[in-house]
Amino acid sequence: MVDLSVKIGSVTLPNPVMPASGTFSTEFGKAIDLNRLGAMVTKTVSRNYRPGNPPPRVSEIEAGMINSIGLPTKGLQYFLDVQLPDYKQYTPPLVCSITSENIDDFEAMARDVSVPGVDIIELNISCPTREPGGGNFALNEEHTYAVVKRCRAVSDKPMWAKLSPNAGDVSAVAEAAEKGGADAITVSNTLLGLRINLDNFKSRIGNGYGGISGPGVKAIVLRMVHQCSRFVSIPIIGCGGIMRGEDAVEYLLAGASAVQVGYANFRSPTAMVAIIDGLAKWCEGRGISRVSDLTGAMVDHKPRDVYEAGMMGIS
Amino acid sequence: MSTEPFASAPFIVGTSVPNTSAPGSNPDLPVEETLTKVIAHTWVNDEYKHLVLTASAKSLAAQPGQFFNVLCPSPDEGALWFRRPQSIYRLDHANQRLEFLYKIAGRGTRGMATLEPGDDCNIVGPLGIGFRLDPKWKNIVVLGRGVGLATMAPISQAAAALGIRVTAILSARRPDLALAADLFEQVGTVIKVLDTDGSSDAANVEKILLRLIGEKKADAFFTCGSNRLLQLMKRLGKQHNIPGQAAIEQIMACGLGPCYICVRTFEVAGKKELRRVCVEGPVFDLQECLGW
Repeated sequence: MVDLSVKIGSVTLPNPVMPASGTFSTEFGKAIDLNRLGAMVTKTVSRNYRPGNPPPRVSEIEAGMINSIGLPTKGLQYFLDVQLPDYKQYTPPLVCSITSENIDDFEAMARDVSVPGVDIIELNISCPTREPGGGNFALNEEHTYAVVKRCRAVSDKPMWAKLSPNAGDVSAVAEAAEKGGADAITVSNTLLGLRINLDNFKSRIGNGYGGISGPGVKAIVLRMVHQCSRFVSIPIIGCGGIMRGEDAVEYLLAGASAVQVGYANFRSPTAMVAIIDGLAKWCEGRGISRVSDLTGAMVDHKPRDVYEAGMMGIS
Repeated sequence: MSTEPFASAPFIVGTSVPNTSAPGSNPDLPVEETLTKVIAHTWVNDEYKHLVLTASAKSLAAQPGQFFNVLCPSPDEGALWFRRPQSIYRLDHANQRLEFLYKIAGRGTRGMATLEPGDDCNIVGPLGIGFRLDPKWKNIVVLGRGVGLATMAPISQAAAALGIRVTAILSARRPDLALAADLFEQVGTVIKVLDTDGSSDAANVEKILLRLIGEKKADAFFTCGSNRLLQLMKRLGKQHNIPGQAAIEQIMACGLGPCYICVRTFEVAGKKELRRVCVEGPVFDLQECLGW
């Protein structure tokens, strides 16, 4: 039996696989056993009702999707009154994703969701279609530090900061999140992109730009996880294009302690369970007894002498 | 490349035993991801194809108006990244078959059209809320156009099974596109209206509906496939106080609710609201539909 449990700061997860915020709700319980998951992550909660962005909200692209859904939410009170009790029927730890467009309200949100039943708070500071100071704090170190520090100060819950791949220097933003008091970072949200309809020369997305996710971004985000892991000592949750157990292994090797699955949930409601099973099977095949041993186990990359490398076999 | 059929192999659907459930599926849950086998796949005309799949017990428990989210093969050198929702055309309980009748409209359905007998087909379902029948109704009118007619077939059969008389108005561009006329004829009276002879004109369809209302043959309205006909049925339904239901489509991703991609605008008591086609529909109250 492979020990799949992982520790993210003070929290132990039964396994390292959880949904990415926005791609999951207890509605998945119609198709899979939610108690198999490492954690449950809510869709991002804002204080007030938000209808979201104008449709079309999504388009297929090569190797994944582009979306601008616009964080629709029924608001904080509905989350506390209806959604939270619904989540608590299930055993995995609950990660509550929150956001706001201004820092004062973000702080208040962090306080307001620090209630029994919420095990972890994920600060969605990286919605890609927002402005640097207006919700997409993670584009810049100062904004990130400020919002994480303010939220950290008002809550005893473990707090994760979800970073943006659209920042110029993601590892500097990661450092800022750690300095601000984050217990872990999620790397990352979607990559800002565009797709144009050749029939009418308009964007395929109702909101104009959208965030790219799916297997096409995996190599990019994997590199970001690896870079961040060299700059921070807090755990990293890897998120980007994970489709199978082997993808999760790659993220762990690059330095992640756990992973989030987004796009794959849309392709297959059973994807997360298949990834958990695939991860266990892979570890078994390699004689690895604890999945947590994989974190950061990538061999340090030291470029070889070019002529020496040119004499190597192919592997 | 792996031949694992589920998420662990995203690019291909491999060979396997028919009606196997994906890992993580649970027999106690209403929705499953399952591999079916293609039994038959034929052209109905030059635009529509009829796909017959093996059906598990859970698929056979589907209700008229519900749908399945189908993982389609790619029609070209690229891959398809979303499933394509397909409403149920027919459930054959005796032979354990699930059937779709669909129009080839884009990349997804072009890919779906390449499925051949013996191929695997990965489906998720049954999904959504289907049509509702009130046993008090004695006569219903179904009005569909083009491929929307396929969606109306199961509810017509279900109504007939309850002893409710069905009048089916089939609207199409040409006679060969008036889908499933034989199926509708088995369960009720068929009226075909066509573009080729002008009978599909809204004014003529309105005359037909008014006559049915006058003859007390319209206790409820059902529609799918045409914005123009939806608006007509909605107006007459409101004027004559006849309840109605409409099946609606939208670009979709998860099929289960959380992603909020498949929203459309509806109106209740003068107030507009967004609803998800996948879980709050695809069948909606006709008076709350705004059309498109």
